[in-house]
Amino acid sequence: MSQDVLLRAVDLTRRIAGRTLLDHVALELDAGMRLGLVGPTGSGKSLLLRSLAMLEPIDSGQLFWRNAVVSSDQATGYRSQVVYVHQRAAGFEGSVESILQQPFQLKVHRGHSFDRGWIIEQLATVSREARFLDQPHEQLSGGESQIVALLRAIQLSPSVLLLDEPTSALDRQSARHVESIVMRWYEEKPDARAFIWVSHDPSQADRVCDSLITMDAGQIQRLQQHTS
Amino acid sequence: MAPYIELTNWQVALAALLIVINGVVSVVLRLRLEKTLAIASVRTVVQLALVGAVLSWVFRVDRWYVVIAIAAVMTLVAGLSAADRSKRKFPGIRLIAITSVWACAWMLTGYVLLFVFRDLPKWYEPQYAIPLLGMVLGNTLNGISVGLSTLTETLVRSRGQVETLIALGATRWEAAGEPIREAVRTGMIPIVNSMMVVGVVSLPGMMTGQVISGMDPVQAVRYQIVIMFLIAGATALGTVSVVLLSVRRLFDANHRFKFEIIRNADAK
Repeated sequence: MSQDVLLRAVDLTRRIAGRTLLDHVALELDAGMRLGLVGPTGSGKSLLLRSLAMLEPIDSGQLFWRNAVVSSDQATGYRSQVVYVHQRAAGFEGSVESILQQPFQLKVHRGHSFDRGWIIEQLATVSREARFLDQPHEQLSGGESQIVALLRAIQLSPSVLLLDEPTSALDRQSARHVESIVMRWYEEKPDARAFIWVSHDPSQADRVCDSLITMDAGQIQRLQQHTS
Repeated sequence: MAPYIELTNWQVALAALLIVINGVVSVVLRLRLEKTLAIASVRTVVQLALVGAVLSWVFRVDRWYVVIAIAAVMTLVAGLSAADRSKRKFPGIRLIAITSVWACAWMLTGYVLLFVFRDLPKWYEPQYAIPLLGMVLGNTLNGISVGLSTLTETLVRSRGQVETLIALGATRWEAAGEPIREAVRTGMIPIVNSMMVVGVVSLPGMMTGQVISGMDPVQAVRYQIVIMFLIAGATALGTVSVVLLSVRRLFDANHRFKFEIIRNADAK
């Protein structure tokens, strides 16, 4: 495994109304790592993940991307490399194809363009045909819109994915599809990519992750390595 | 043209009798509006009497600093009420509303006083400056508060979409693009609508007043056209300003949507 540290969080702390939700959390994500994040509800998993994506304010602590502090003018560039995927995909108006094209209108992705052929290949692996692209986004099932959300992120070739219980609201079949899409993205460059996967399901964590962090009461309790 | 008829207090009292109609409606239908009606009637009389007294005084004193001071108070009140009409509040909302009202109303009223009415004996001529500013404030206030409410409402409702775009690397302007457009559009619709029907469905109050006071209708119409465009321009400018300043306030330098600072005024 490569020793490149992609993402490092130091001393992340967040308090709301006297309660400490993140308690001096330190975390390192090396290139190649497939990190599972587990713990009881309310232990701060989601908050930690959102903080890593700079979607939450933090009271103290710092985020390093490839050993450099992420400054304000790099925030959008950082998020284009470290993409957070919501637990439930937000509903947008428009066809699936127009939703997938959305990120290419952003300044940070200028220079990249939508690759319809690649999307169709990806859809084929989860038993969806090309005409799936013409469906209105608001008519998709939960599983389908999660697949669209993942493909929308992965087509940008991010280095890190932050997956916030991406399958918790899905049936088994869709959950497997989501897993397979993430794993294929990872396997393309296993020594340059990494993800953090928040999961409630121990067997899923076993399947997709090679190390596991347990959180409780805003603190990281332990880190275990799998030997699978 | 005949000059206007002077109204005595007795004649005004005869008109005030008409409020009895509202009272009767309220009693018969048990609307329980009697008390509110009484308060509203008294406020109408007292507030307008005060304005009349203040205006006569300002016209008599006729000093630039008095006009500016009165205009400042009017602007401040307009800005505050624009902010207070929004259901969702955030820290700094009043300052943003006041700044926007102030900038757009003063710039455009100034333009009209200096360039359109360029033969005015004095640049601050209170007879023109104060009514003009008053009309601009009253109308931009609407656009600004509608723009503000629409922006916060749309941002809160589409938080998921906004955050998804941010998570994909959008800047705050990109992420809030749709809410911004929605807010500015909604803020500008009322004035555009009234430009569509002016003179057909409604006779504007100012024009009516000028015709009653003996002005040639052709002249009154010209004044009204000036006013309509002044209001339209000020509304557009004020709405854009309040929406952009609010977006700057509601997102941080890292382009994070500060959802947590928006408070719902109704939920206590």
